[in-house]
Amino acid sequence: MAAVEQALTIDLRAGARARRRRLVNRIAEAIAILAAAVAVAMLVWVVWSVAERGASLISWSFLTGDLPIPFSPEVGGIGPLIVGSAIVVGIATAIALPVGVLIALFLEEFASNWLRVPIQLAIDLMTGLPSIIIAIFVFSALVYGHAENGVAGSLGLAIVMIPLITRATQEVLRLVPSDQREGALALGASRWRTVVGVILPASLGGILTGTVLAVARAVGETAPLLFATGIFGRTLQLNPTKAMPNMPVQIFIWSESPDPLDHRRAWATALVLMTLVLVMSLVARIALNWSRRNTTR
Amino acid sequence: MAPMRPVDVAAQTEPSTPQSRETVFDIQGLKASYGSNVAVKGVDLEIYRNLVTAVIGPSGCGKSTFIRCLNRMNDEVPGFRQEGKILYHGIDLYGDGVDQIEVRRRIGMVFQRPNPFPKTIYDNVAWAPRILGLKKDLDERVEKALKGAALWDEVKDRLKKSALALSGGQQQRLCIARAIAIEPEVLLLDEPASALDPIATASIEELMHDLKTDYTLVIVTHNMQQAARVADRTAFFSLDVDESGQGAGVLVEYDETGKLFTAPSDKRTEDYVTGRFG
Amino acid sequence: MSTLPAASELTGHRRLRDWIGDRLLLLLTAGASIAAVALIVLIALKVLRSAHLAFSAFGLSFVKSSAWDVNHKVFGALPGLYGTAVSSLIALLIATPLALAIALFLSELAPTWARVLVGSLVETLAAIPSVVLGLWGILVLGPIAANHLEPWLSRWFGWLQVFSGQPSSSGILIAGLILAIMVVPIIASICRELFLQVPSELEEGALALGATRWEMVRGVVLTSSRPGIAAAMILGLGRALGEAIAVAQVIGAGWTIPTSLFKPGDTLASKIVEEFQGYSTKLQLSSLFYLGAILLVIGLVTNLFAQLIVRRFDVYRTGAR
Repeated sequence: MAAVEQALTIDLRAGARARRRRLVNRIAEAIAILAAAVAVAMLVWVVWSVAERGASLISWSFLTGDLPIPFSPEVGGIGPLIVGSAIVVGIATAIALPVGVLIALFLEEFASNWLRVPIQLAIDLMTGLPSIIIAIFVFSALVYGHAENGVAGSLGLAIVMIPLITRATQEVLRLVPSDQREGALALGASRWRTVVGVILPASLGGILTGTVLAVARAVGETAPLLFATGIFGRTLQLNPTKAMPNMPVQIFIWSESPDPLDHRRAWATALVLMTLVLVMSLVARIALNWSRRNTTR
Repeated sequence: MAPMRPVDVAAQTEPSTPQSRETVFDIQGLKASYGSNVAVKGVDLEIYRNLVTAVIGPSGCGKSTFIRCLNRMNDEVPGFRQEGKILYHGIDLYGDGVDQIEVRRRIGMVFQRPNPFPKTIYDNVAWAPRILGLKKDLDERVEKALKGAALWDEVKDRLKKSALALSGGQQQRLCIARAIAIEPEVLLLDEPASALDPIATASIEELMHDLKTDYTLVIVTHNMQQAARVADRTAFFSLDVDESGQGAGVLVEYDETGKLFTAPSDKRTEDYVTGRFG
Repeated sequence: MSTLPAASELTGHRRLRDWIGDRLLLLLTAGASIAAVALIVLIALKVLRSAHLAFSAFGLSFVKSSAWDVNHKVFGALPGLYGTAVSSLIALLIATPLALAIALFLSELAPTWARVLVGSLVETLAAIPSVVLGLWGILVLGPIAANHLEPWLSRWFGWLQVFSGQPSSSGILIAGLILAIMVVPIIASICRELFLQVPSELEEGALALGATRWEMVRGVVLTSSRPGIAAAMILGLGRALGEAIAVAQVIGAGWTIPTSLFKPGDTLASKIVEEFQGYSTKLQLSSLFYLGAILLVIGLVTNLFAQLIVRRFDVYRTGAR
């Protein structure tokens, strides 16, 4: 083989073929960089469009005022929408956070294999459930035949949030070092003391990050609210058993309107909603990616 | 198959005097570091053609770093820096215009853990020739490589089966076949048998004897007996700790294997090969 | 657990409390978990039940019918199935290569800081509420598509029927584009994790044979992640099939099977959003929910399929080590 050719002429510079392969490699790298740039550019484009078109309406009176009367030339405000969104999402979080964490605890700390599989599958399927399906469910189960109400909307959002919180909690529970866990048990601590005293405190950061991401997702979720609390008044509503004004549904309604002023209102509301969502999710994600950075490679 | 005696110096029939041998690598004052950690420094040695050269030493002495410098595999490690010269047939490996992919295709490497690709046995061997454009007579090339790695008879009936179904020893020989399929001149083996059982190890060692007629072999091993069995020349690396407590690998002694093991000139080598080290 | 000594009264209390605490914790966690399984079943049953009226009226031929006539009480799902399939397919065709390239950038190419920053930004793209993306779709992307993209497409590819006809600022093509934006981050982040899991020994093995980085990616990274990439695509598809709000905003509404992608249409999900508030008969409402039931079945099947691949892949991968 190689050794037979006695007079070795060695050239370690790239030959024609190697140069071509290098070129292909360069092109592939360029495409990858370009693709990442395209994704970032899309984000910037959308965010910029919303900011540019929404900013002009933003004022204290817009953020706190009552909704405009239909076809009114007055700009009005979105105070009831912000309060309504906060209440609906707040109730949803109050349901989803404990339930999500409990399910994660069961899956990671208690469940035997034959129980874990169907429950994990249910959680995975819940993650993939289109929100329109959740909307139909909430509508048929809680709204149809009754009146529209905020609680039904909250329940729909909770169904969106639970699998997200469960997943995030599972991930951090797996990271709790087993010597901490076993250390506590070896000291004679009972199961629940170990969970409450050692495991949950150790994973609190991750659970919070997961919850913030779930809230960011829920606050912009439109379909369940459209079906559960989609027709609402123009004034502040603090009673969640009544239909509650909220940001996503109103953006949807305004976006479908032919009135340019409604479009401006939609942009401004979208700006408020998006700022909220992006700040929450960007902070949570940077925290997450930063803490993962060392474990993945 | 050679019986395993402790530090059994292989019957070296042909004396390998440097003068009669062509130099493949001429390493001058090599220093390699990752970030601020110096892995090896002050390495001067020559590696000769168609010999098996072993690199031995305690863990952490920079053996692996050293041979990874020889085919520029360290370039992939962030923060890696090398100083000094590595001349390959007189050409500076790290010089201007030298292409890594050309370097690696001439200087093949086999790793500690068998790392067959999740492909068929055939595709494992044929993959590199394909990307290098050596598509002519590919079947013959694959067969020749597998024969060269003493694996052909075991796999010829299941070339289209997954390589992952092979045993550890077979996988490692497949990795050797994969490396020689592109006809390199040098094979670097980084502890090729450390993840294998004794029988598989013996077959790899036997294979190395056969391979050196065609290739120049450099093997890193933490197993002295293995070095004694397979290597014509052996380099002993050790960990040198300076006043500040910073450790770095250094080359202590480099000689014919028989001499290094029976009549070492350095006290540290003697301590190591007689088991008095540390 | 056989807890040892100290038979003081204090430990007795403590033991009782521990006993109760342990049982309570188990009960709560198990209860929540079983409730989650029950909820999925309940959702499926409720949606199917809501579709019952329409199902008993039209049976399975509902899926083959293009009708949607409240006065004559005939309804069918075909145009929605078509719109769903086509818009999702467009989304997947655009998103998959883009997402793979992004994932390769994030896992193989980028320095640490860019990994964290760009990775976070790409995931943030997924966080934009669909209603905001839909708003952007009608008012920003729609006009641009109608004035530039679609005329360009019809000029060069107009001989293909799908790219012929009058450009329009809302339609199936634009729905596909918006869906692509939603799907890219999903596929990209799953694939990034996949690529990071490829053992570095395999990558080194390829490089040591003289492969370039791209050849290494093609030969080792992509091939050994193939089943996972398929699963990621299916999960992305699931997202695209089910998206209701943004699609309802940009697709323009029309219960037809348009020959041109520029023309308005409807997906199963968008039809439900558009009509449920203004429904006039129970049969119409039930027909809408029949669309939902079809969507549910498709969604469950795609998700189960993806899970299956992921699970088999895990086994394959651990077997490979």
